[in-house]
Amino acid sequence: MTQDAPRHPGLNLGRHHPEAHAENEKLMFGFWVFLMSDLILFGIVFATYASLTNPMGQAGGPTPRDVFSLTSAAMQTAILLLSSFTFGLASLALKYRQPSLRAWLAVTLLLGLAFLGLELRDLVQMVADGAVPQRSGWLSAFWVLVPLHGLHVAAGCLWLAVMLVQVTLFGLTTQVSTRLARLSLFWHFLDVVWIGVFSVVYLGGLA
Amino acid sequence: MYIALAFVMMARAIAEAAVMRLQQALALDGGFLSEAHYAELFSTHGTIMIFFVAMPFVTGLINIVVPLQIGARDVSFPLLNSISLALTAVGAALMMVSLVIGDFSTGGWTGYPPYTGIVFSPGEGPDYWIWAITLSSVGTTLTGINFAVTIYKERAPGMSFMRMPMFTWTALCSAILMIFALPPITAACVMLALDRYLDFHFFTSDLGGNMMNFANLFWLFGHPEVYLLILPAFGVFSEVIATFSGKRLYGYASLVAATMCIAVLSFTVWVHHFFTMGGSPYLNAVFGAATMTIAIPTGVKIYDWMATMYRGRIRLTVPMVYALGFMMLFVIGGLTGIQLANPTISYQVHNTLFLVAHFHNMLVPGVLFGMLAGYTYWFPKVFGFRLEDRWGYVAAYGWILGFMLVFFPLYVVGLLGMTRRTYDYTTAAFQPWMIVSAVGAGVVLFAFAALVIQLVRSIQGRSALADTTGDPWDGRSLEWSIPSPPPAWNFAVLPEVKDRDDFTRQKEGGAAWNPAAQYDDVELPRNRAVGVIVFLTGTLLGFALVWHVWWMAAAMLAMIVALVIWIGFQGISTETVSAARVYSVDCDFLARKRAALGKSAASGVNTVDPVGRARA
Repeated sequence: MTQDAPRHPGLNLGRHHPEAHAENEKLMFGFWVFLMSDLILFGIVFATYASLTNPMGQAGGPTPRDVFSLTSAAMQTAILLLSSFTFGLASLALKYRQPSLRAWLAVTLLLGLAFLGLELRDLVQMVADGAVPQRSGWLSAFWVLVPLHGLHVAAGCLWLAVMLVQVTLFGLTTQVSTRLARLSLFWHFLDVVWIGVFSVVYLGGLA
Repeated sequence: MYIALAFVMMARAIAEAAVMRLQQALALDGGFLSEAHYAELFSTHGTIMIFFVAMPFVTGLINIVVPLQIGARDVSFPLLNSISLALTAVGAALMMVSLVIGDFSTGGWTGYPPYTGIVFSPGEGPDYWIWAITLSSVGTTLTGINFAVTIYKERAPGMSFMRMPMFTWTALCSAILMIFALPPITAACVMLALDRYLDFHFFTSDLGGNMMNFANLFWLFGHPEVYLLILPAFGVFSEVIATFSGKRLYGYASLVAATMCIAVLSFTVWVHHFFTMGGSPYLNAVFGAATMTIAIPTGVKIYDWMATMYRGRIRLTVPMVYALGFMMLFVIGGLTGIQLANPTISYQVHNTLFLVAHFHNMLVPGVLFGMLAGYTYWFPKVFGFRLEDRWGYVAAYGWILGFMLVFFPLYVVGLLGMTRRTYDYTTAAFQPWMIVSAVGAGVVLFAFAALVIQLVRSIQGRSALADTTGDPWDGRSLEWSIPSPPPAWNFAVLPEVKDRDDFTRQKEGGAAWNPAAQYDDVELPRNRAVGVIVFLTGTLLGFALVWHVWWMAAAMLAMIVALVIWIGFQGISTETVSAARVYSVDCDFLARKRAALGKSAASGVNTVDPVGRARA
């Protein structure tokens, strides 16, 4: 492995900091491994959801057609995809050290919060309709799968807010830059998981 | 730390096992224990032995040995390491609290619903089980990530994958299993908790719940888990057998391939734990065949070890006694495993003591002997003095004999139809076997006492047992090239690896123990109190959840989030050890080493002869 070429070109840590790059190699790789493990967790919950999405699991209670709104789910999807795009712009700003970095991070944060708001509205509506997790095995699985993703997004939002503070306080130090790089992985990861949720839960349920 | 935790928990779990054996010896038409008490005993025994003895022991050994074997200064993420340890300790602490406050689960270590659901077990028992396992499983997942990154990224220059010591290979496979296999148990436990606390319907028998989902999730974790435990034991035996046969490990590439095969296959066999679920014959046949396939790589390993010993200069040291006992007993366990892999046989002996005998036959000679061999083998590296031999032999032979006395009778009564987890029985024919088994439990207790005596006597006699050379066994891998105990920076200069048994190569080529050309400053992580804080908040969190103290649970969760953010605002805190200090410590060690070598040359008697080798 040559030490001259920067291994994380998107971070712009500087050509002359091979140690910083070597250190980040560990951090970035470790974070990828964590995401793999997290993906297994989602996989398990998806499998549980799939095994309970049938008349037996629904136990005579509401079915997807009774409780889902495709419009709202599509809006959430659009917002989350857009937030991934704005995070992409933030990553570019990080690479070229542009001052727009914080603005794009803030926009991403707002989009994340908007997504959570819409999701929360849907969940409240479901409670009002009597589609509570206590009603059936299928609803139990739904109330774990979708809020688990929501909890991840909420954690991502908290992390974004913390990073906004850190960018302001510390500037783009190596530590802050690599944290932003990992946060961006996390954020895009949640986007990918949501595409699974949208396809399996909403499109699959309403098809 | 991990290993100390493992020993404390082992003391409790062995005592429980002895009580259970005594109960069954006297249990013809009722023994001295109540049904509930007996059920609590087998539940805590299983949970503790797997999660809080075997797991911490394996994790502890990997933690100590792997960085030394791959020529690294430390694991990749020391802070994460201390947090993982803290979470494991949280689980153990909850187990211990359950002894005093309230009752533990009576649902076995597998905790199957609906029995552990709120309808049949309204008490706090299953909640203790759930939170002890959930919190420690998160810690284990993080440990797995840490080990995998360490092995992938921290290897010394020249240490390619096919030059890694066998123990490191098995540690890598275990780490991968930790990353992939622990999330299912975390998910299953949380779902069970939601069923119990908030009336969800994942595993209930009404309103669309499916209790077999739990069995599937549990064993999707549970089966990889047993390989996660056994693979590092295989790694220990590979090191021990090669070292004490004075030979290069035979069939290294096939051992690596076999280890990887076992790791992959471990995810394809989980249904064999419940063939009686009532799945289709086709399903059972597929999983039965997959299970039998595992015997192939395992058999390869046994032959490789035998071929390593063949024509070697074998030294019958304590770790080697464990290794030999393992090889013979483990094959018996493996053969009964093949029998159980056949669904038709499995139907006959399902939930009998035959099964109990089988898995103890894998876990005791496999995992436990492996860990005890590793403990004896690497003890001098960590503490700078060897463990005393006499009591070591007593313990090793005691374990082998005790194991056979306890578990071979269980095969017989299992085939006679005695079910597991029974606190009494009415068939008089079982009793003689049960008495033999109880005597065996006494022998095991004695063997454990011998381990304690060995430790005490070794500490008392540590000056006579001191390991000044850093290489008490004539070892083959890098950990033996540095002082015992190693300095905080492990290696004065990161080694340049050129061979699989690199330290042997250095010794044979006269390159060992030469001072390096240049010494550099070393940066080390500073000790921090984060682990202790995580332990305290985690334990209080688990306790609050068990007893439904919501304000405390919320406060502890908030504290953990705040702690994470607070750490984020601290800089990376390290301290630097100057090159001069590294140099002087290394020179001291090398001088001592040279003195020892010189003395032996002058006196004509090879006094630094490694332990156990015949003196010529």
